[in-house]
Amino acid sequence: MDGFSSDFSAGGSGGKVDTGTIMEQVKVQIAVANAQELLQRMTDKCFKKCIGKPGSTLDNSEQKCIAMCMDRYMDAWNTVSRTYNSRLQRERARM
Amino acid sequence: MDSFDNLSASDKAEATELQRMIAIEQQKAQFQAQVHTFTDVCWDKCVDSPGSKLDYRTETCLVSCVERFIDTTLTITNRFTQMVQKGAH
Repeated sequence: MDGFSSDFSAGGSGGKVDTGTIMEQVKVQIAVANAQELLQRMTDKCFKKCIGKPGSTLDNSEQKCIAMCMDRYMDAWNTVSRTYNSRLQRERARM
Repeated sequence: MDSFDNLSASDKAEATELQRMIAIEQQKAQFQAQVHTFTDVCWDKCVDSPGSKLDYRTETCLVSCVERFIDTTLTITNRFTQMVQKGAH
């Protein structure tokens, strides 16, 4: 990895790569992966809930169901996130 | 990491700081990944038909589900550790 030291040797402001840019890229990549995971699981759940026997198109009721399902899935995700976060804090307080 | 040793002191500090910040983002990502897993499992347990909002019963179920899933994980980990220590195969 000898490109590594030459990228940093020019110092903070004049260097080819700076910490801020790298962290931005890292955060964006993680956010994109997170969104992909969410969409994949949401699609799986909502297809199961909303589409009975697959027809030749998605009819109106199926479309409405999908929209509601998406919202509820995100609500569920948020509830789970809050619950998990509280639990982690509780466990940390005990240590 | 011998290229790290060739850096100046200020660049070493920057690289170390970067490692620290990336580790924090990784931890956040691990948290998100767990939330995806819990939501997946608990949706199946708690939500029958998606309505215009999550009712109280469903919310309570989701909260309990997460807590009990974590308890289950801990129970299994502890018991398995005991089994291994006792020399079970």
